[in-house]
Amino acid sequence: MKKTVNILVTLLITLGLFSCNQDKSDGDKGALASNAAEKVYVAPGDHDEFYAFLSGGFSGQLSVYGLPSGRLFKVIDVFSQDPQESYGYSEETKPMLNTSFGFIPWDDSHHPDISQTKGVLDGRWIFINANNTPRIARIDLTTFETAEILEIPNSAGNHSSPFVTENTEYVVAGTRFSVPIPQRDMPIKDYKGKFKGALSFVSVDPENGGMELAFQILMPGFDYDLAHPGRDKSHGWFFFTTYNTEEANSLLEVNASQNDKDFIAAVNWKKAEEYIKAGKFKTMPANYAHNEYSDETHSATSTMLKEVKVLDASELPGLVYFLPTPKSPHGVDVDPSGEYIVGNGKLSANLTVHSFTKMMDAIENKKFDGEAYGIPILKFEDILAGTVKQAGLGPLHTEFDGEGNAYTSFFISSEVVKWKLGTWEVLDRNPVFYSVGHVMIPGGNSRDPFGKYLLSLNKITKDRFLPTGPEVTQSAQLFDITGDKMELLLDFPTIGEPHYAAGIPADMIAKNSKKIFKLSENNHKYAIKTTQEARVERNGNEVHVYMSMIRSHFTPDNIEGVKIGDKVYFHITNFEQDFDVPHGFAIIGGHNPELLVMPGATETLLWEPTKVGVWPFYCTDFCSALHQEMSGYVRVSPAGSNTDLTSSLGE
Amino acid sequence: MKKAGLLMILGSLLLLGLFKFPLWNIMLGAPQYPDPLGMNIFINGIKGVSEFDLQNIDGLNHYIGMKTIPKPEQMWEFSTFPLVIGGMAFLGVLIGFLGFFGKISYHWFLGWFILMSILGVLGMYDFNSWLVEYGTDLDPNAIMKMTKPDGTPLTYEPPLLGSKKIMNFMAHSYPRLGAYMMFSGMLLTLAAYFVGKKTQKQKS
Repeated sequence: MKKTVNILVTLLITLGLFSCNQDKSDGDKGALASNAAEKVYVAPGDHDEFYAFLSGGFSGQLSVYGLPSGRLFKVIDVFSQDPQESYGYSEETKPMLNTSFGFIPWDDSHHPDISQTKGVLDGRWIFINANNTPRIARIDLTTFETAEILEIPNSAGNHSSPFVTENTEYVVAGTRFSVPIPQRDMPIKDYKGKFKGALSFVSVDPENGGMELAFQILMPGFDYDLAHPGRDKSHGWFFFTTYNTEEANSLLEVNASQNDKDFIAAVNWKKAEEYIKAGKFKTMPANYAHNEYSDETHSATSTMLKEVKVLDASELPGLVYFLPTPKSPHGVDVDPSGEYIVGNGKLSANLTVHSFTKMMDAIENKKFDGEAYGIPILKFEDILAGTVKQAGLGPLHTEFDGEGNAYTSFFISSEVVKWKLGTWEVLDRNPVFYSVGHVMIPGGNSRDPFGKYLLSLNKITKDRFLPTGPEVTQSAQLFDITGDKMELLLDFPTIGEPHYAAGIPADMIAKNSKKIFKLSENNHKYAIKTTQEARVERNGNEVHVYMSMIRSHFTPDNIEGVKIGDKVYFHITNFEQDFDVPHGFAIIGGHNPELLVMPGATETLLWEPTKVGVWPFYCTDFCSALHQEMSGYVRVSPAGSNTDLTSSLGE
Repeated sequence: MKKAGLLMILGSLLLLGLFKFPLWNIMLGAPQYPDPLGMNIFINGIKGVSEFDLQNIDGLNHYIGMKTIPKPEQMWEFSTFPLVIGGMAFLGVLIGFLGFFGKISYHWFLGWFILMSILGVLGMYDFNSWLVEYGTDLDPNAIMKMTKPDGTPLTYEPPLLGSKKIMNFMAHSYPRLGAYMMFSGMLLTLAAYFVGKKTQKQKS
C-alpha cells in the first residue's frame, strides 16, 4: 500500500511539474493567433473536405463529423440501443444486439477503421470494436448503418481491435483481459500460467464485407492492449502490444508496472494461414453470435456459431515473436512504408521504434534472448531502429502524415509531438486541452495518408467550454499540419468519449451515399407495396397491422377490435420514394420508443396496450405541411370483448 | 435537284429523333428540392427525369388537387402523335426521293413544310391546352385551396415555354433534343425548297 501511495505522489508531482512548465501563451488561443477561423469556416450550404468518424466510447456508437468544420452530421447506432431510431427496440434490429450473454443494450466502442484495398482507403466499410462484450461491427458506408456484428468468443475486453489489413483481409480482436480458456470456475489467484489471451483473426469477404472468425491464436496470459497491421513490406504481419507480462491478477496499477520491458507481439498471419491449411489447428467448442442486417428485408438475423479454430502460439514455431518494448506500451503504430514499428511506452518519456528489416534479420539468424511460454523473445538492441528521446510524458499513440513525419500523443504532458522518422528528432510540440488519447490523420494508418489535418481526441476539457455541471463534454481539437509547425484551428465537443477516429476525403464516400430504399426491392416479411394490401390480422393474441405511410396519412388510420392482453405489431412501410422524407410512428403508452422509417423501408413496433379506451398514434417526424394531420386512433376493448377487428381509412 | 432531294430526305429523317429523345421538359425546383423534380415529355408518353420524379410530383400535387400525370393510355395524343410524326417522316422521305430523281417539283418540299408547320402549331396548341387543363381542373375537395389576391382560385399550369413561379416551386419549361432535331429537320426541308428553287432557276 505504501508503495502505491509513493507512486501516486510521484506521478502527481510529475503532472504538476509538467503543467507548470507548459508554455500556454501560444496554441491555446489558436483562432486568434492567425487566420484559423478562415481555415475551418465552411460556408452555409458548402460541404466539408473530410468525413471524420469518431468512436462514441461509452456511448457505444460512432459519430460522423465533417472536417475542418467540426460539425456533427449523424450518430451511427452500433452497440447501444437508441430510442431515436428505435435501434435495438424495433423487432427488426433487436437481433443486432444479441450475444451469447443474451440481449446486450450497451457497449463501449473504441477504434473505428476504414476498409482498405492495396493499402489505401477504399471507403466501403468502417469497422469498430465493442470493448466490454467482445464484438466487431461492420458499418456500410452507403447507408451509414450497422450491417453486421460478430461476437468474439474466448475474449474479454476487446481492445486491440479491429484495425484492418492492407486489403481488408482481416480485422482482429486481441483480448485486453486474459481469462480461463475455455471459461471455467477456478480461483482468481491461479491466474499465472493458467489464464490465456486469444488473438482473433476475422476474415472479411472482399465482395460483400461478410465477417467470419477465421482462427484464434492462443497466447500467454498477458493483456493485449492495441494492435496495428504491417503494411507494404511488413504486410502479412500483425503487431500487438502487451502489458501485464507480470501476469498479475490484482492491483495491476502497481503489479503490472514492474517489468522494465513488456512486449510487442509480432504475429505472422500468413504463417497462421499455412498452419490452418496444414490442419495444425484445434477445433474448440464455442458459442458466439453472428448478427447480420439486410437492406433487402430491412431486418436483422442472429445466428449462434458453435466452434472456432485455435492455433497455439506456444506450440507452433514461427507464428509469434516477442519484441521487448519499454514500459507497458499502449499503442503500436506502423509507418506508411511498413519499416518502423513504434511502441508507445505509456510510462516512459521515450518512444521506442523497432525496425522491421532488423526484426526479420534477427528472426532469420535466430538471435533470440530467451523465450516466454515457448515464444522466442528477440534482443531489444538487435531490432531497435531508434529512440525518440525525452519527447514528452506518457506516449499513447502515433500517426503519420506520409511526408516522413510522425505525430505522437502524450497523455500525461498533454501534448502532441511531431518528430521525424529516421532521425528521431523532435520537430515541434503543441499543447492540447487536455490529456489526449489517440490522434488521427485521415488515412494516417494507411500507405497513403492525407496529411493536411490532425485531430487530437481529448479525455478532459475542464474550462474549455461553457460548464454544464459536473459532467462536461470531451473534445476533439483540429490542427493544421501542412506547415513546419502544427497550428491549432478548432476545439469541438464530441459525443461520449472519442477514443480513436478515422478520416477520409469526403468525395470518396459522399457519392455512394444512398438516398432512399426502393420500395419495389423491399423484401420485408410484413411489407406492403400498395394501400390495397393494408389490413389488420389476428393470430391468437397477436394482432398484426400492415400499415403504410405517405405524406400525410397512415393507411389504415382507424383500428378497432384490439383487446387488453393483445400484442399489437405495427408493421409500417414508408411508401415515399423521395430523398429525406422519413416518417415516424409513436403510440401513447408505448413501452417501445418511436419508429423512424426511411423511404421504402419497413419497420415493426410492438405495442402492448394496458388501458381500455381509444388511443392516438401520430407521425413523429415533421414530414409535410399536413404533418399535424398525420395521425390515427386505435380502439382498445376489454379482454374477452367481442368487438370485430377492423381497420379503415377515410370512412 | 439531287442536293435538294437529299436535304429533304435528311430533314424528314431528323423527325425520327422524336421517337428516341424527349420533345419537351419541365423542371420543378424549390428550396426543399435542390435537385429539381422533372418530367420529360416524349411523343408517346411522359417520363420522370429521375426514377421517382413522376411519383413525387403526383405526391405533391395531391395537396392542391391536381390530377396525376397521365399515363400513355390516358391521352389519345400519345398514340396519335407517333403516327403523325412517323407518317410525316415517311412522306417527307418519299417526297425527297421523288425530288431526287426529278419526278416532282420542289414545290412539294414547301408543301410538306407548311403541312408540318400547321401540324406543329396544332400540336403545341393541344399541348398548351393540356397544361392549362392540368393546372386549373382541380379537385374541389383539394387539401389546399389557394386564391390569388383578387380572390379567384390560384391555378398551377406550368408555362408552355420559359420559367414561372408556382407557389414554392419554380417551373422551367423548355424544348429538348427531340424538338431541336425536329426544328432543324424542318429548317432543312425549307432549305431543300430554296435549293430546289435555285437549281431550277439555274437550269432555266
